[in-house]
Amino acid sequence: MPKNPQINKVMVIGSGPIIIGQAAEFDYAGTQACRALKEEGLEVVLVNSNPATIMTDLDIADKVYLEPLTAEVLKTIIRRERPDSLLPTLGGQTGLNLGMELAECGFLDEMGVKLLGTTMETIYRAEDREGFKNTMEQIGEPCIESIITHDVESALNFADSVGYPVIVRPAYTLGGSGGGFAHNHDELAVICTDGLRRSRVGQCLIEKSVAGWKEIEFEVVRDAKDNCITICSMENIDPVGIHTGDSIVVAPSQTLRDVEYQMLRSSAINIIRTLKIEGGCNVQYALDTDSMKYYVIEVNPRLSRSSALASKATGYPIAKVATKIAIGYGLDEIVNAVTGKTFACFEPTIDYVVCKFPRWPFDKFTKAEKTLSTKMKATGEVMSIGSNFESAFLKSVRSLELGMDSLEFRDAAAYSDEELVKLLHRQSDERIFAVTEALRRGVQPKQIYEITRIDPWYLYKLQNVVQAEEALKLQGKDYLTYDHMRKVKRMGFADSAIARWCGMKTDEVRQMRREMKIWPVYKMVDTCGAEFDAQTPYYYSCYDMENEAQPSGRPTVVVLGSGPIRIGQGVEFDYCSVHAVWALKEAGYDTVIINNNPETVSTDFDTSDRLYFEPLTPEEVENVLELEQPVGVLVQFGGQTAIKLAKSVKEAGFTILGTALEDIDAAEDRELFDELLERLGIERPKGGTVFTTDEALETANRLGYPVLVRPSYVLGGQGMEIAYDDQDIREYMETITKYGTPEHPILVDQYIMGQEIEVDAICDGEHVLIPGIMEHVERAGVHSGDSISVYPARSLSAKMVERVTEVTCQLALNLHVKGMINIQYIVMRDQLYVIEVNPRSSRTVPYISKVTGVPMVRLAVRAALGMDLSQQGYGEGLYPSADYFAIKVPVFSFEKLPNLEISLGPEMKSTGEVLGLSRDYNEAVLKGLIAAGLQVPQSGAVLLSVKNKDKQELVAIAEDLAMMGYDLYATPGTANVLNHAYVPTNVVHDEADMEDKIRQGFFKLIINTPTHGRDSSRTGFKIRRLAVENGLTCLTSLDTARALAASLKLGKGEADLTPCGLHEIAHRA
Amino acid sequence: MAYLTLEDGTMYEGEAFGAMNDSIGEVVFNTGMTGYQEAFTDPSYYGQIIMMTYPLIGNYGVNWEDPESTKPQVKGIVAREICEVPSNWHSEGSLNDYLRRHHIMGIQGIDTRALTRKLRSEGTMRGIITQRPPTPEQMEQVRRYHIDNPAESVTTPEKFEIPGSGPRIAVMDYGVKASILSSLRRRKCHLTVYPSWTPPEEILKEKFDGLMLSPGPGDPADNVKEIENLKGLVGKLPIFGICMGHSLLAMALGGRTKKLKYGHHGSNHPVKDLKKDRVYITSQNHGYAVDDEHLPQGAVVSHRSWNDQTVEGLVYPELKAFTVQYHPEASPGPKDTGYLFDEFLDMIRENQ
Repeated sequence: MPKNPQINKVMVIGSGPIIIGQAAEFDYAGTQACRALKEEGLEVVLVNSNPATIMTDLDIADKVYLEPLTAEVLKTIIRRERPDSLLPTLGGQTGLNLGMELAECGFLDEMGVKLLGTTMETIYRAEDREGFKNTMEQIGEPCIESIITHDVESALNFADSVGYPVIVRPAYTLGGSGGGFAHNHDELAVICTDGLRRSRVGQCLIEKSVAGWKEIEFEVVRDAKDNCITICSMENIDPVGIHTGDSIVVAPSQTLRDVEYQMLRSSAINIIRTLKIEGGCNVQYALDTDSMKYYVIEVNPRLSRSSALASKATGYPIAKVATKIAIGYGLDEIVNAVTGKTFACFEPTIDYVVCKFPRWPFDKFTKAEKTLSTKMKATGEVMSIGSNFESAFLKSVRSLELGMDSLEFRDAAAYSDEELVKLLHRQSDERIFAVTEALRRGVQPKQIYEITRIDPWYLYKLQNVVQAEEALKLQGKDYLTYDHMRKVKRMGFADSAIARWCGMKTDEVRQMRREMKIWPVYKMVDTCGAEFDAQTPYYYSCYDMENEAQPSGRPTVVVLGSGPIRIGQGVEFDYCSVHAVWALKEAGYDTVIINNNPETVSTDFDTSDRLYFEPLTPEEVENVLELEQPVGVLVQFGGQTAIKLAKSVKEAGFTILGTALEDIDAAEDRELFDELLERLGIERPKGGTVFTTDEALETANRLGYPVLVRPSYVLGGQGMEIAYDDQDIREYMETITKYGTPEHPILVDQYIMGQEIEVDAICDGEHVLIPGIMEHVERAGVHSGDSISVYPARSLSAKMVERVTEVTCQLALNLHVKGMINIQYIVMRDQLYVIEVNPRSSRTVPYISKVTGVPMVRLAVRAALGMDLSQQGYGEGLYPSADYFAIKVPVFSFEKLPNLEISLGPEMKSTGEVLGLSRDYNEAVLKGLIAAGLQVPQSGAVLLSVKNKDKQELVAIAEDLAMMGYDLYATPGTANVLNHAYVPTNVVHDEADMEDKIRQGFFKLIINTPTHGRDSSRTGFKIRRLAVENGLTCLTSLDTARALAASLKLGKGEADLTPCGLHEIAHRA
Repeated sequence: MAYLTLEDGTMYEGEAFGAMNDSIGEVVFNTGMTGYQEAFTDPSYYGQIIMMTYPLIGNYGVNWEDPESTKPQVKGIVAREICEVPSNWHSEGSLNDYLRRHHIMGIQGIDTRALTRKLRSEGTMRGIITQRPPTPEQMEQVRRYHIDNPAESVTTPEKFEIPGSGPRIAVMDYGVKASILSSLRRRKCHLTVYPSWTPPEEILKEKFDGLMLSPGPGDPADNVKEIENLKGLVGKLPIFGICMGHSLLAMALGGRTKKLKYGHHGSNHPVKDLKKDRVYITSQNHGYAVDDEHLPQGAVVSHRSWNDQTVEGLVYPELKAFTVQYHPEASPGPKDTGYLFDEFLDMIRENQ
């Protein structure tokens, strides 16, 4: 079937902000989808609230709405744009839920909009637990014994009849949130109550646990003719019981016989046929380890994280193909982009091993509950490709950027045998390293299997690695014969690890290999195991014979990507990397990307001229550079990951394009930077660098409390805290010095609580362009990534704007920036202080580029290439500011991370961001807050509980809320102050009563500011966690609360918001 | 140490596994990611050295249930890495021990992808696996190597029966796979399996309901006697042919086959059923295809490869016969086209 001629204008729904369970994979999917539609000459209307994405660029879709993803907003946009079709299957669960909501209420029919890729019936049968179970029963696909329940009582009865443990899975949630294992009556009661609340339809599935079975996934694609293919099988190393997003996953499956493989493949095809999905679908299975028995665990009738992984693992562009199918094409008509000759209707076969490793936020959130279960906790993931399992696994470990280059886990050696056994029993982020430590101590794979149920096949492979590591440690350099060197390099060992164990320098190992001619070659990922000549310039390294990656011979520039999505480094850096590639292509260069994140657009094989899917380590980057011999390397677009590699790139003799290494250092090195500021007469908060507790105390007392303490070379405010007294300093230094004196100094700074300002600028060494100035809603002290950011800044005097411009230009020019620079300031009593300078692309670049229409990355690349910035058509100095407001609001994933303190501080906690766009400031704020998921009804009860220092300031906000008709409740101290200020407030005396009211959803909004320091009152912490766990909005900064109150005063509901398309405002470009 | 040397002299160095006996064969690559034991025991691979493009072979060991015949039929195995410690509930031993027991030599540790690329661009080649670099005499043998009497070498020495309550089917064994027999047995057929040289009269006198032509190794054109015998059977009873059976029937009816550059060997081959306008993923293992330019008399092309458009199926409307080049019995590979066995039985029923 050819394209359906009735489709001319398609609306695509994106997945919104990055949250745990929905990361950059939907930017990859959405971008491919929009391009596939435009390729067909269709008009594309895109709605997505996430400004950090590539898909929300105006050259990806015809019309882009950075608007809240709610049914009401979508209705307004549909009425306005009148699309004939809606594609909801590429925007994750968010997109699917919205599509279903719009269809269910009859709105789509009413507007004559056709749902593409799926039907209501399909969604119901795949997503609704009852619908799913019945469907599976009808076609003879086994489901685990379970019941669907709307109440806790029947859940308990069921569990009594089938026996514990049981799993709770709420219907219609993302990333399995709200679910979990219950081992007894009490646990089940708690988890079930929570799950019922989270489910969109108040429904949970309670099922018998098959924990310990193999977890196998299949990606399937089907077209309207009923042609079906499977793209890839995936095997979770972690057996059933850990969410697949939190599992280490291998593709293809390794331990299945053909009979088992085909049994599940046939089942997956049976399922997609029955569900009549037109596009892609993911099926998860539990397979018994001792028989052919299996259960269907879950079906995702849409593109998912797993399909992104399968797509990158095989090279098969699933999102693109699914989109073409949705508009009518058959699989037998879509040309295979890989070969350019054959059709998309075939099954990829791969001739390498793929390993996906989750990236958890526990390096940042050290106090969060680290146990892994059916609720996903990872923020992102890395993928690696090797010619054997060992090398794929080790490459993954290196790609995580957790400071590991081998299976040696820093803490593991310190554990006693008993502790180690305990760790093996506990499903956590560290378990795999407890496994390797146990292997190191001689525990047999069979024994480890009994505890962990990780298939012995993987354990034997890990044992190979551990044994080789131990041999190296024991024999040192003597071990390194040609054969052994070849063996360990083929196994994926890093030079740095070999060097460490053999008492050599990393360079010496490299030199030794050069002499031995043990050098990596690059193999192509081509979907067909080399059976056909392929066009995919997509490579991975291995230590083998034949190299397939051929530099073009034309001037080439290498762009270093940003690795896995984590707190502090999100999809925005992928946006920058991809735009850098495009800008380089425009400038006539051949482009190369090195990256390891399977969720991203940068790792699509048609983004750059050549893609190297590799860990971002000095060794692996250098290997690619030696092959490619680029004219330059861009390190300023891949976040901290890329900039960290600048030194090794330079030392390897390659040219860094743009800002020089010395200048990058000058911005990051405290002393060098202070010198510069002094020379330029620019103020910064006073401070000092320390290594020990005594030094820290001395400095803090000299500066006067409060002070800000943080390690130098930071990312996302890692380990940054505000200290109010000596005790705080002591505690802080104790954690820092736990593993000995830190390598880099600790910074102690005076803490100035003023207005925070942020600027991104571009400089070519002579001219500076400032696209816009942002200000933060929250005062200094809240990490810039967690603050609501307002463009254009509205509280600065004209004089201060001038000063900011002047200082920015001075800094950029004096740091000899060629490309991008990001500066954060504080304004306090008409004085401008510099608090941080990053000589690289920042988190705010995509958003400012979009709303100002200044193509920042393109200009920065041109500047880095030596072109004159002032001749690019955007002038220099401060770019004229817009006549509308763009408000960036952070989004958190607190409900996915039990025990995490949610209050905002100098340490970044948000996982993503959304934008609110309007000519009216308050409407822009309201849009941003709604897009971020705030659900504040226009009346109801509000709970207030703030620290003493904030009580007076709360009065005005409370007054506003009361005037709007909210019923105020407050804890005694807060209520006392409010009532004395004539703001009528109910006192909540009883803590238990308050907690019940939170659980019952009595309060619609909670404003709670924590007592300073880590000595947070237990009640406050409990309130905040309870709020998060019950899906309530809880604000922890009065600045946020004030902005919310002001926007609520507009009295606008979601349906009253006026959509503001990017295409309507960014015309100046 | 072990060496794989191709007829053009290209030598690959690796490690030996399995038995230590030098072996000559036609080198083909298979792109299946699972099902190595089924492939190694498939009689169609008789005389060939099989190279697996998936790098890890032997992961789930070997067992007594998966083989397609009583022993490995391949001349040798080329792999990137052989798994020494397999893991699967059904595993009864390692691949290495199994091959040693059956005197089959393998070579591992070579760049299988480089070899695939070579075979892809230069076509299937003969080769030899040795423990020392091959002598000129050995290389001469390699260059002269031909799979002689392919069907006779793998067929059953005498006829045998597998009782069933359904239609009575004669199976012509050119190198039949166990899964073809079990596909028919599952459909309750009563099977009589004949050696490939059986004359037509012997079959016709038994009054069978249908005739199944099996797959088999080598160049179809080498099976002169078999082709001749088939001429006496066509039109006499409903026929379903697979792979070699497909080629031989085509040749019996005047068609010709052509050698493919490097064959189709794998579990991911798309085939379009032209009547249904549907594409199925099939298991394939053939080095020859029926020539489009020289189709047999009365044949209509029913299936085509959706990769290279070669003929994958023929129907003979006048003769109550249909054949496919690929493997509906799968094993290894996808079971999407098992419906052809049902169509065969439908055809038999209509004939009664």
